[in-house]
Amino acid sequence: MSDSHELSRRDFIKVTTGIVGGLIGAIIGLPSVYYLIAPALREGGKEAWIPIGKFEDMQIGVPYPFSFTRVQVNGWERTASSFGGYAVRKSDDPNDLFILNSRCTHLACTVNWSAEAEAFLCPCHDAKFSIAGEVLDGPPPRALDVYEEHRVTEEGIIEIFFKES
Amino acid sequence: MWKNIYLWLDERIGFNDLNKNLLDRPEPKTTWWNTLGSASLFLFVLQGLTGIFLTVYYTPSPDHAYDSVQYIMEGVAFGWLIRGIHHWGATLMVILVFIHMLRVFYTASFKYPRELTWLIGIGLFLTTLGMGFTGYLLPWNQKAFWATTVGTQIAGTAPYIGEFILKALRGGPDLSALTLQRFFSAHIWMIPAALAGLIGVHLFLIIKHGESHFPTKDD
Ligand code: HEM
Ligand code: FES
Repeated sequence: MSDSHELSRRDFIKVTTGIVGGLIGAIIGLPSVYYLIAPALREGGKEAWIPIGKFEDMQIGVPYPFSFTRVQVNGWERTASSFGGYAVRKSDDPNDLFILNSRCTHLACTVNWSAEAEAFLCPCHDAKFSIAGEVLDGPPPRALDVYEEHRVTEEGIIEIFFKES
Repeated sequence: MWKNIYLWLDERIGFNDLNKNLLDRPEPKTTWWNTLGSASLFLFVLQGLTGIFLTVYYTPSPDHAYDSVQYIMEGVAFGWLIRGIHHWGATLMVILVFIHMLRVFYTASFKYPRELTWLIGIGLFLTTLGMGFTGYLLPWNQKAFWATTVGTQIAGTAPYIGEFILKALRGGPDLSALTLQRFFSAHIWMIPAALAGLIGVHLFLIIKHGESHFPTKDD
């Protein structure tokens, strides 16, 4: 009767080893997971107004290319990333224009305007976008992205609103 | 279903035999001094794990080594913990391995048939010191730089072949990017591989011979 209620020396060792081992594992294991994914949890999202060109330099109906770089600190290094797009003017009104992002919506190569094809062509998998950014051909799932917000400065310079991811 | 998987594995592996030979071995009367080898093994595994985690951020180039260690300490969640364990574990491992060796000597456990276990133990002690020596340079701070300058210089005082040893250790006459790179390679690949192999043979011999009886006054 009494036997079954008492923990044998062996069982005591087994249980203690299990508990202590589990504790050590958890104390080192959980922080290790955070340690590995820390860069993915970092807040980015700096915002800025970026000048892309003079309104008077842009011709109606001809995509005006622009590009800019943003520098971000990643770990112990500063990483410069390039961005770009095309401003397409529709009339004399400085607000009557749309600004496309040249990052292909398929797998992020950079599209280029081709005057002959009258389309944006992607070098990677032959995608074709219209001047308005709609998909004409190729694998992209949706139209080119647009920079939604822009403004015109007093000097007649177009600026776009940019938010880092 | 689990039971079937267990039975399938058991039939091919033989858990009973394993258990009997590895965990349920007959032992003479033992003391806490007999735990030092296992403690050394635990630290080796711990150093291996934390070391692997360190390589996720550490970079062995003179331009970035220092900054990457700084980043581990300040920029990464729990980086201070992982590096802290690796840093203090390194010191503790050297101490433990040494005390383990002293106990084996004191209890005369190196005698027949365990001479080979002892010889391999000497290899284990030297490779453990090698881990400490090569790891110390990696943070690439002043202390690391000058400690390695002095350490390699000492090796260079050996008669006749001293200069060759110094150049081979440094990868040239000076402490340079080549030194950091080869110390890194030695620290994470060559010496750990040697250490793991030696540990394997060490453990095999221990299981084969069992623990030694401690000598009594009459011996
Ligand atoms: C497979 C095993 C190991 C790997 C992959 C590894 C990896 C690393 C790495 C990447 C560093 C640089 C980061 C830092 O300095 O904090 C480092 C540092 C270091 N390691 Fe290891 N290591 C291992 C095992 C060991 C062992 C067994 C010892 C000692 C007996 C050791 C001793 C050291 C020392 C003394 C440092 C310098 C610590 C400091 O001052 O920060 N390592 N190791
Ligand atoms: S990335 Fe542009 S078509 Fe694939």
